[in-house]
Amino acid sequence: MSGILRYGSYVPFFRIQRKALGGGRGERAAASYDEDSASLAVEASREALRELPDGAAVDTVVFASTSAPYTEKLNAATLQAATNLPKSVAALDFGGSSRAGLSALLAGLDMAAAGRTVLVAASDVIVGAPGGPRESGGGDAAAAFVLGGGEPIVRLIGRASCTEEVLDVWQSPGMPFARQWEERFGASIFTPLLVDTFTRALSDAGVAASDLSKVVLDGTNARVFRGFMRPSGLTPAQLADGLAGTVGRAGAAHAGLVLASALDGASAGDRIAVACVADGVDVAVFEVTDAIDDGRPKHTVASWVESKRDDLAYTAYLKWRDVLPFEPPRRPDPDRPAAPPMQRAERWKFGFVGSRCNRCGNTNLPPQRVCVVCQASDDSTIEPYADAECRISTYTLDRLAYSLQPPVIGAVVDFDKGGRMLCQLTDADPDKVAIGDELEMTFRRLYTAGGVHNYFWKARPRR
Amino acid sequence: MASKGICDRVAIVGMGCTRFGEHWNRSTSDLLVDAVQDAYGSAGIEPDNVDAYWLGTTGSGISGLTLSEPLKIQYKPVTRLENMCATGSEAMRNAAYAVASGAYDLVMAVGVEKLKDSGFSGLTGSAPPGDGTESGMTAPANFSLLAPAYAEKYGVDLETMRDVLTRIAYKNHYNGARNDKAQFQREVPVEKINSSPKIAGMLGIMDCSGVSDGAAAAVICRAEDAHKYNDNPIFIKALSFVAGPAEGAKRQDYDFTSFPEVVESARDAYDQAGIEDAREQISMAEVHDCFTPTELVLMEDLGFSPRGQAWKDTMDGRFDLDGDQPINPDGGLKSFGHPIGASGLRMMYEMWLQLRGEAGERQIAEPKLGLTHNLGGAPGRCVSFVSVVGL
Repeated sequence: MSGILRYGSYVPFFRIQRKALGGGRGERAAASYDEDSASLAVEASREALRELPDGAAVDTVVFASTSAPYTEKLNAATLQAATNLPKSVAALDFGGSSRAGLSALLAGLDMAAAGRTVLVAASDVIVGAPGGPRESGGGDAAAAFVLGGGEPIVRLIGRASCTEEVLDVWQSPGMPFARQWEERFGASIFTPLLVDTFTRALSDAGVAASDLSKVVLDGTNARVFRGFMRPSGLTPAQLADGLAGTVGRAGAAHAGLVLASALDGASAGDRIAVACVADGVDVAVFEVTDAIDDGRPKHTVASWVESKRDDLAYTAYLKWRDVLPFEPPRRPDPDRPAAPPMQRAERWKFGFVGSRCNRCGNTNLPPQRVCVVCQASDDSTIEPYADAECRISTYTLDRLAYSLQPPVIGAVVDFDKGGRMLCQLTDADPDKVAIGDELEMTFRRLYTAGGVHNYFWKARPRR
Repeated sequence: MASKGICDRVAIVGMGCTRFGEHWNRSTSDLLVDAVQDAYGSAGIEPDNVDAYWLGTTGSGISGLTLSEPLKIQYKPVTRLENMCATGSEAMRNAAYAVASGAYDLVMAVGVEKLKDSGFSGLTGSAPPGDGTESGMTAPANFSLLAPAYAEKYGVDLETMRDVLTRIAYKNHYNGARNDKAQFQREVPVEKINSSPKIAGMLGIMDCSGVSDGAAAAVICRAEDAHKYNDNPIFIKALSFVAGPAEGAKRQDYDFTSFPEVVESARDAYDQAGIEDAREQISMAEVHDCFTPTELVLMEDLGFSPRGQAWKDTMDGRFDLDGDQPINPDGGLKSFGHPIGASGLRMMYEMWLQLRGEAGERQIAEPKLGLTHNLGGAPGRCVSFVSVVGL
């Protein structure tokens, strides 16, 4: 039997109030200045990969996004490296539509049925034109699923798809923002397609609408669902909270994010349908298995949603998203990282591993050929650090260093299992940081120079 | 194993130093011509007399051509070197060893840096191509880690700590106000230091050294030849240099209240010079006050104050110009800025003036031994230079 073995989610720390965006209720999640869809995907994937069932070894990595950091250069490779998956994995990028996340999940389930073990991470950072509905209604988040055989926590019991060549949401190269045709037109096309596809999926699963404990309805156009409820036979109580007021629609990640949220509250035997309407329709019908309690992630979607700073200023947000030009600091631009040094340091830079000296047992960060404690040479073992707990030994606020969110909080971070490094804190309030604060590591994009995204790890207060 | 040293075997017989400051109308070449010709004149020599040159600069030029071309040095060895903020002192150390070895009779050590052409705030460096994982913290941020760590370890409350740092800045600007070579030649009121805009941690802009251009040069020969060139030479008692293994940035037992590199280089220098009690025997010192807490910690690492006592000695005036052990009598990096390659030789220039009784308003009464010190890098990962000179 194959299906979903594990899942995870990630919602970034910052929220911007819709009032600050010109009106509307609630807030949307905003990736920090040092995050992008690849780094969000890494965070969600770490959740999903944390405790795999015995014998499950990921052999395929799929990244799905409409905001991939690179248009050419495999974003799934960043995911592979940052999650310390073996180089023998196959890797694929999905994109082109916000339906790509659910499509990737279905494709991954197909691969799982064929015997593979697949990490699917869907992630998006949605940047809309200032003042528009996409800016206000969008959100930034990621969801990840590990799919494979053995004892899944969720099984796919039915599905249906539909593809429609239609001009709904589009963005061609050179356009700074996506555009959308008027929603009334979209609804007239998509509502009947959704009704049909949904009906076929339920039929495929052999269940009735009333058998569903939760239904996830996601799409580019909320108006599509108005005419759907009555013909589908669903009741409003069956609808999963679409997180519109707390996260916003996170593009290709959204269907998976809301599914993750539904799974957080699901019990064995629950049946959950997920529909995503964008350039057509995908519908998946799942059944939660008895193994669900073995697969609960460390963070629920609700816990990510609650862990936040909710007063992000609009001007800061626009700077972070490279929408608003601003006065640069009187400091040199950061150097573009170079390919050969990055390649040599890959396990450190992406996988965040240190070394442990085989002679004296002390750890070295980054990995050292000569031990800093006993000077033994070339006699050490790789030591994983990405999930290592750590705390602030001392810190400073650097008001001179280049940052999109000054001041830079520079911290001397000591790991509970040994080892020290100087690194930046992120998602932290400079006024509240204190020596002894407990931290955890997070994968970030430090900056982009010469079109090269410079990924590395920072520490953040535990969320 | 330790350095054998060259105590009293090598002398400085001439020195030159430009004013330090924003030399918008002076190039690196101009600064070098000014300092080197000043030094020729000081030693009463012609360019032909000099057998070899060492030029220290971190970023204002590469190769010996940086010096030989503007001065039209006639086919002689010119070594260009870099060793972070100890660059100027390293030019002097290597030049001194060259004459001590007998390879040359008369050499010159030159340091220069032109910082103000970049348009940037603070120091900038060009690193080799990297993997992009460096911490990216600036120098003031790295050194700002010292102040709270020191305060915590020795039970100094942060308000008192602020007063101590302010006292250091005040003292150095007081001295600089009496030096016509300094970048800043005015005393700075305590209130202005206390309220200067924050740069990093508890450090304000007045806790930082300035950014300036400058050059300095020394003419060096073996001791037995010294009086051929100058009636009042000064003699090198010790030259020590240490590059640490950078373990403070990697080991949890480093607590940011000391520079082990400085402790080791001071120990080595005192051994070379036969100094048993630096607090009593060193008359004066030019130390690397890149940021005010650096000077505080250096007082203990160099043995001028017992551990945990430097803040009291500072407040008691021990390190003032008229105190028992004047520190940075010329005004220090605070008043001169830090044109990196030039700073170490600028420090030696003050020793030259003081030991020869030429320091004017700043003259210290009958100094016997002077010390210069540079630190390059950051707490936990640095290089350190210490020299001792005297009559």
